[in-house]
Amino acid sequence: MGQAFSFTNIFGKLWGVNKEIRILILGLDGAGKTTILYRLQMGEVVTTKPTIGFNVETLKYKNITLNIWDLGGQTSIRPYWRCYYNNTSAVIFVVDSTDKDRIDVACKELHTMLKEEELQDSALLVFANKQDQPGAMTAAKVSQALSLTDLKDRSWSIVASSAIKGEGLTEGLDWLMDVIKDEQL
Amino acid sequence: MSTQSYKKQDAYSLSSSPDKMAVFQECLQQFNATPVNAKKCRQLLAKLLRLLYNGESFPSQESTTLFFSISKLFQHKDQSLRQIVYLTIKELSQTSDDILMVTSSIMKDIQGNDAVYKPNAIRTLSKVLDPTTVTAAERLFKNLIVDKNPIISSAALISSYNLLPHAKDIVKRFSNEVLESIQSFKQFNSHQFELHEYYGSATSNLPSTSYMYQYHALGLIYQLRNHDKMALMKLITSLSEGVLKNSLSIIQLIRFINKLLIDDNSLQLLPIIINFLKHKSDMVELEACKTLINLQNLLTDEQEMMVIGTLQKLLSVPRTATRFAAIRLINKISIKHPEKIMVCNLELENLINDSNKSISTIAITTLLKTSGTGSIETTGEGVDRLITKMTSLMEDISDDFKMVIIEAIENLALRYPTKVKKLVGFLTDLLRDDGSLELKSTIVDALFDLIKFLSDDSSKQLILMNLCEFIEDCEFTELSVRILHLLGDQGPTTSNVSYYIRHIYNRLVLENSIIRSSAVISLAKFAAVCGGIVSKNIIILLSRCLNDVDDEVRDRAAISLNFINHHKKNLIVNDSKYDLAVLENKLINYLNEEKFENEFDINEVPIISNEEIKSLEYNQKINKTEVEEVKEEEPEVNKAQDLLKQQEYAQELSMIFSFGTLTKSSSVTYLTDKENEIVVSVVKHLFTDAKKLVLQFNIQNTLTTTKLENISVIVQPDNEGYQEESIIPLEELKPNQTGVSYVVFNFDETDIIAGFGNTLNYINKDVDEEGNADPNDDGWSDEYQIDDFEVLGGDFITGLYGNFEQIFEKIENSSTTAKVISGSSLEEVIEKIKNQLNMSFMDGSEFVSKDSNSHVLKLLGKDVYGGKIATLIKLAFTGGKIVGKIEVKTETKVFGQVVLDSIF
Ligand SMILES: Nc1nc2c(ncn2[C@@H]2O[C@H](COP(=O)(O)OP(=O)(O)OP(=O)(O)O)[C@@H](O)[C@H]2O)c(=O)[nH]1
Ligand SMILES: [Mg+2]
Repeated sequence: MGQAFSFTNIFGKLWGVNKEIRILILGLDGAGKTTILYRLQMGEVVTTKPTIGFNVETLKYKNITLNIWDLGGQTSIRPYWRCYYNNTSAVIFVVDSTDKDRIDVACKELHTMLKEEELQDSALLVFANKQDQPGAMTAAKVSQALSLTDLKDRSWSIVASSAIKGEGLTEGLDWLMDVIKDEQL
Repeated sequence: MSTQSYKKQDAYSLSSSPDKMAVFQECLQQFNATPVNAKKCRQLLAKLLRLLYNGESFPSQESTTLFFSISKLFQHKDQSLRQIVYLTIKELSQTSDDILMVTSSIMKDIQGNDAVYKPNAIRTLSKVLDPTTVTAAERLFKNLIVDKNPIISSAALISSYNLLPHAKDIVKRFSNEVLESIQSFKQFNSHQFELHEYYGSATSNLPSTSYMYQYHALGLIYQLRNHDKMALMKLITSLSEGVLKNSLSIIQLIRFINKLLIDDNSLQLLPIIINFLKHKSDMVELEACKTLINLQNLLTDEQEMMVIGTLQKLLSVPRTATRFAAIRLINKISIKHPEKIMVCNLELENLINDSNKSISTIAITTLLKTSGTGSIETTGEGVDRLITKMTSLMEDISDDFKMVIIEAIENLALRYPTKVKKLVGFLTDLLRDDGSLELKSTIVDALFDLIKFLSDDSSKQLILMNLCEFIEDCEFTELSVRILHLLGDQGPTTSNVSYYIRHIYNRLVLENSIIRSSAVISLAKFAAVCGGIVSKNIIILLSRCLNDVDDEVRDRAAISLNFINHHKKNLIVNDSKYDLAVLENKLINYLNEEKFENEFDINEVPIISNEEIKSLEYNQKINKTEVEEVKEEEPEVNKAQDLLKQQEYAQELSMIFSFGTLTKSSSVTYLTDKENEIVVSVVKHLFTDAKKLVLQFNIQNTLTTTKLENISVIVQPDNEGYQEESIIPLEELKPNQTGVSYVVFNFDETDIIAGFGNTLNYINKDVDEEGNADPNDDGWSDEYQIDDFEVLGGDFITGLYGNFEQIFEKIENSSTTAKVISGSSLEEVIEKIKNQLNMSFMDGSEFVSKDSNSHVLKLLGKDVYGGKIATLIKLAFTGGKIVGKIEVKTETKVFGQVVLDSIF
């Protein structure tokens, strides 16, 4: 079994960072949620199929254990999101920045979700994804379209990202870690 | 007094299982915790599963919540936890609509490399997929089926099988992969078990493969191919040559072949089964034997001997289950063909001492059958030896087994009257030993039956005398009473009346009041039947009973004395009784009609003589032992039911015709295939007083879009003695209706045998879905040839039971002939004669051993005019033909010729 005794362990306990942090990745179908999850976990782009249900992965990020749930975004699956809200530290909301037609739908889903009692204390990180595509809306545009400035009593941030190129992901996650450490640990 | 109570509970019953709601609460708590405690969760899921397996269910709200919290366990990678999660999801899948939420997670496990829970994931997937999502899994399944890991392949095959009802078209596309899988050689991954913590390092003895996937693949491919007989036969043939390594799959293959053989007569497949008679697996050999025994009529003698040879070998293998299965099959053969298994006698005798009592009991009952055949001398020895063996064995087997043996002995005695003395000796010895009431009742029952059915007076006497001795020292009142009753019935006609009277009188002196009352009646019967000096002596004995302390005894004595003194023999003994089934039926009708101003007419109830009752019971007895195993499809209709049926016919016919009493109705004979578009059957009704034969044609229209009108049967007898009197046609038959048309003939009672050719005549009309025909459509008339039938002696004769030799001697009018009887075996001819004459076989002459070339039949019957008939037929098989020398004695003159002519 080896020794259950090491410096990092004790250290971790002292600082309380050994606790698992539970994060949800939500967003409309095709936004790139699953791509982001595995980009974060394995550092590479995987081919994905539309998620029927969810994927869950545990990964270490800067010594913190993240328990990340990527839920399917299809209309039929959205109603089930709420079954997984409990005990969530942060929501990563992914938007396909090229999908101008459905940005309103994304906005509506986002605000309905944030009204939920169980998510009152969760931080919100929005990825304005697929920035590598021509004609993608800028983060500012997306922020506006999603009415993020209306949000009160919540730490939030929006980051421009490309899961394919791996841009913006660490930046976003770093922000999230800081917030969580400050607020929740 | 203590008020405490204790309720015994099954250790596994619901009451001791965990509380449902408590488990529910704990599940929610544990499954939603971060981090998840795998061990705790496993234990909880086990509790939950136990509830579900016990049939508990949760309200839909709770059920949903539970499902989602369980789905959260996918975050944990613990293999055992994942396995039990799958088990639970499979259970919940039957009730939950939200099940699709685990689809992606399952897919991921299936595509991953963890061989421990991958099969679980595959099996669960088939429950989660629905017709809309199954297409997405097609490729995946094809790959899994041909996976080289046998466990994964099996899981995929089983899952495909389960998907069949939902997505047959998709699964059909797996055919090639399934075939590839059957023919492949897949070994367990050597790390398969090491991966799993449970097995630890103890993996060295594990088998390298079980080939179980072949069984699963075969089951699936059969489902995909069974609509196409040619493809199926090709498949079976290709698999029969060593491809299949898994025993279960071979057994399954044999069953498929059996089905083809029965359904389509695909005889070319038979040799495949024969080849499996020699195989390294017991299971396969047994299955082959079992199948072939049921296909016996297709086998050559040599093949049959091979079956028996295999079974013989299996009788001495170490595995108890195999020995048991083998001896059961041997026993099955022995019921019809004891002579065939005489070769196994040595093995069978060894099995008498088998440590397994079920085996030893079947061994004995089988031996009892085989020893009964063969020539008299060798058989005598065989029976002796067997009885010695049994006597020593009887001491240490339980009553249940003893009873089985007793019944076997009784049947043996009935079939082979020459062995009666020995067997009776064995039974009476057993009766004298200690034993329960149940056991003794069985013995007494057996002895009673023997007395009833054996024609030999000396063995009858032997039994009666033994029973007398038995009641001298019998602890069971109820048995004493039965025996006293029997002595009263049988004793008076024997040669040593005084012996019985002495024993019965002893009861009057020594026993309790119940036995004393029976003894009184028993003695009275002796007085009534014997008369003379016996009667006088009994009057003296009974007079003493008038002072008995018990009033029942006094009453019975008084009334008996009165009857005896006034010579009212009929009130003491009677040699006939009312047919109870008919009596009951009549009484019910009488009560229902509520016409109480008319008296109930007891004369309408037929009276059955004791002899007839006996013949009825004898047939039932013999048939029971035969029918039980041999023909399961068509249970014999017994005579009581026949009589009831006849009552119904009589009632129906009396509403149409006024021919007086119905004398006799035949059974139903089909004149077309039962699958025909129009199904026709006939029943022959005989009115002897009016000399009329009424043919009742039952006609069924199975067409769905055609209506039949003006339906009648044109009947052409080949005997001028039959003159058609009238036809009552059937007006119409709508689709799927059944109706009756009658044809009436006058007949000449001196010349009754005839053949009838029949044509069905009707008008066809097309109808729409509601069954209405176009009023302008005149339809078209059609004719349809249906099978012929005969009126033979059997239609005028009923079976009778009695002492064949005596009756045969007594009747004077005799006719003889010798003729060739068509048929390929003695058995077949006997079966035919049984139908042609409808007489009862005496002295077990119905049974013939297969290797013998000659046989004697003794038949008794009674014609419709009340005359007795005794027929002696000597059959011989010579030059490929069966020749019969027939000697008939009839009280009604014309029946001599009738009987001779009925056999052909
Ligand atoms: N060009 C580009 N394509 C992306 C990017 N991120 C994801 N995609 C593509 O978008 C498609 C959908 O991505 P997924 O990760 O499966 O989307 P999802 O949000 O998980 O979708 P659901 O599971 O249906 O909710 C895939 O073809 C990805 O390759 C990105 O940053 N740039
Ligand atoms: Mg996805």
